[in-house]
Amino acid sequence: MAFLDYAPAPESTSILNLRDEYRLFIGGEWVAGGGTPFASVSPSTERQIATFASADEGDVDAAVRAARTAFEQVWGPMSGRDRGKYLFRIARILQERARELAVAETVDNGKPIRETRDADVPLVAQWFFHCAGWADKLDHVGLGARPRPHGVAAQVIPWNFPLLMLAWKVAPALAAGNTVVLKPAETTPLTAMLFAEVCEQAGLPAGVVNLVTGAGETGAALVRHPGVDKVAFTGSTAVGREIAKAVAGTDKKLTLELGGKGANIVFDDAPLDQAIEGIVDGIFFNQGQVCCAGSRLLVQESVHDEVMDRLKERMATLRVGDPLDKNTDVGAINSSEQLERITRLVAQGAAEGGDVWSPACELPAEGYWFAPTVITGVEASSTVAREEIFGPVLSVLTFRTPDEAIAKANNTPYGLSAGIWSDKGSRVLAVADKLRAGVVWTNTFNKFDPASPFGGYKESGYGREGGVQGMQAYLKAGER
Amino acid sequence: MTEPSAALAPAERAVQLLGGDLSEVALRRHLQGLPAVDAVGLEARAAKLGTRSIKTSSKQAALDLIIRMIDLTTLQGADTRGKVRSLVAKALVPDVSDPATPRPAAVCVYGDMVGNAVEALGSAWSAGKDDGINVAAVATAFPAGRASLQVKLQDTRDAVDAGADEIDMVIDRGAFLEGNYGLVFDEIVQTKEACRRADGTYAHLKVILETGELVTYDNVRRASWLSILAGGDFIKTSTGKVQPAATLPVTLLMLQVVRDWERLSGERIGVKPAGGIATAKDAIKYLVTVAETCGEAWLDPHLFRFGASSLLNDVLQQRQKLSTGHYSGPDYVTID
Repeated sequence: MAFLDYAPAPESTSILNLRDEYRLFIGGEWVAGGGTPFASVSPSTERQIATFASADEGDVDAAVRAARTAFEQVWGPMSGRDRGKYLFRIARILQERARELAVAETVDNGKPIRETRDADVPLVAQWFFHCAGWADKLDHVGLGARPRPHGVAAQVIPWNFPLLMLAWKVAPALAAGNTVVLKPAETTPLTAMLFAEVCEQAGLPAGVVNLVTGAGETGAALVRHPGVDKVAFTGSTAVGREIAKAVAGTDKKLTLELGGKGANIVFDDAPLDQAIEGIVDGIFFNQGQVCCAGSRLLVQESVHDEVMDRLKERMATLRVGDPLDKNTDVGAINSSEQLERITRLVAQGAAEGGDVWSPACELPAEGYWFAPTVITGVEASSTVAREEIFGPVLSVLTFRTPDEAIAKANNTPYGLSAGIWSDKGSRVLAVADKLRAGVVWTNTFNKFDPASPFGGYKESGYGREGGVQGMQAYLKAGER
Repeated sequence: MTEPSAALAPAERAVQLLGGDLSEVALRRHLQGLPAVDAVGLEARAAKLGTRSIKTSSKQAALDLIIRMIDLTTLQGADTRGKVRSLVAKALVPDVSDPATPRPAAVCVYGDMVGNAVEALGSAWSAGKDDGINVAAVATAFPAGRASLQVKLQDTRDAVDAGADEIDMVIDRGAFLEGNYGLVFDEIVQTKEACRRADGTYAHLKVILETGELVTYDNVRRASWLSILAGGDFIKTSTGKVQPAATLPVTLLMLQVVRDWERLSGERIGVKPAGGIATAKDAIKYLVTVAETCGEAWLDPHLFRFGASSLLNDVLQQRQKLSTGHYSGPDYVTID
């Protein structure tokens, strides 16, 4: 056996203690939903994990009422110091249950255990710790003395980082004194249910966190509910647009974190070996199902061939397969629907003249899989250069000068993320200044920190999550 | 730059890459034109490689390979003939409980102990024929390298004459940090010449960069290229006398250099991390890094070595654990 055929090293699922069916978590109780329950399957095996209740309008109404009661009677009046204590407790329990949460996330989402273990779950705990620290320091978020929470926050999150997106939404909302009704994505509701258990374990007062599972209609009912004061959404630009329309003309505050088509710009003086790693991290992290993925590679023409040779060599060492194996780099695509979209867009890329390449890799028979793919010879007008693919597919364009790189990077309806690879500090600063993207990484990619604001320009949405700005989104100025 | 374009000693690789009129200016330009290293990215990549999970059959193969890659080392002022005999005995029979245990690649000693090591090895000595255990000698005023060139070369010749199959030389770090790349280059070229035996063959030359004194990764990359251009067969991280000695990021960087050199020339250069690798768990991280950076071809004692002393016994205990199912303890492996 060749050394690189590492023997299987699967993480055990015995740590999971799952129920066969999960209900809605409303007002501290597990209640049946009015809609028809649905199943969530594991994307790497297509096997059913559990069934989940589907919340109808009545359930959403009950959840919003529970959140309102908790806000008015318990959570709103509570001192920041005491709210912080609950959040610190939740953060510690999340750390204690880290392995269980990582396994659950991998089973439900299809992403490698290496990522849930080393990225998702540690960041989740970090987010709660960070926001817990804010709870008694709200006078310093920049809104003057005694800023006030909005009230009830309606939060709708996507399937690509189920628990992490929950943390990004719930932690700042609670720290600021809001109560929440959150709807996890239809294909990845599992870790939200485990989070409800964590809230119970932490003794969080009933109604502070309410979870309603269901499909798009549940989310629509939630953001439209008149009892909601604040709406936060992460997901596709199309749905974000619908939400913006629904919320227009109401008092509801809105933040949207939507799609992206991030440019990763490699200059000829880049630290080459690290740039290759950065390209790989940028587009193959979480199978490229990342809104801020570096899905458009812009390479200076003078180093294009060398970068491509090295990138392909590196891609050939990516290990695609069982997400629970600790050596897996690239896991399963989250759903058959998403796989179909990726497949269709790549075919279109080829039809439009792109040169599609993937390393030889054996994909499992069951489950939803797409091999890491790079498309060269892509022009700015190509579909794969403009549309968000949301998969492990890198589109490669070239440029000649820094000005051209900036122009091409900005030539997109999106504006969420960008990367710059260059050893020259002055160039990095000058280019970063001109990129219209909410996050610009230099000589790194896909790095997240609760102290750093994250969000987009243009069709990538508005509002920021993380940092002072992320706290401000859940507060309004106090009465003078 | 108005530096005089001093001619350098001819080194075949450098002549081929930089042209026939090999000069210090050409060498300097080449080294300064190498792609930069981003320290954060390099260390992150090394850390990621370190999370690979090597189990069961893969672990078994890795442990045997690690033993075969070890340069079993004693480099003390207090070394005696007895100590060297004892080290050699350990190399010959690493594990008394399992005769199938592979032997390390070489024993590594100070130059004046080469004769004793050769004698103790007896018929197991490879004698330059690559069919047994090699004797490696540190030379060139190891570890500081602060001596005249004549002394360094004589040090090398003495070791080769006494039978050393491999010479581990140190570069002049002071000269390197002064930017005097030509001097460093010339010393390697001349040391390589001093490795030549009477029959025209050469002892293998490992060039120790002492990365802990070069400090920056950019320096390590330049020193690695310089050593290869000057004729080194191996590039080695450290003497073991300076902290930090071998680290995974520095070794990864040197592996990237030899991978790039092969891409350019088709020729394979070896890498030897030395100092501070004491556990099988750490050593396996190095194997993963080798395989995922340079490919499996480099998983060969001719292309990768560990400079170590205590590593061997930890590997042996892990090996015993795999065959018996339980940990034995340090008294169940022999000390040298």
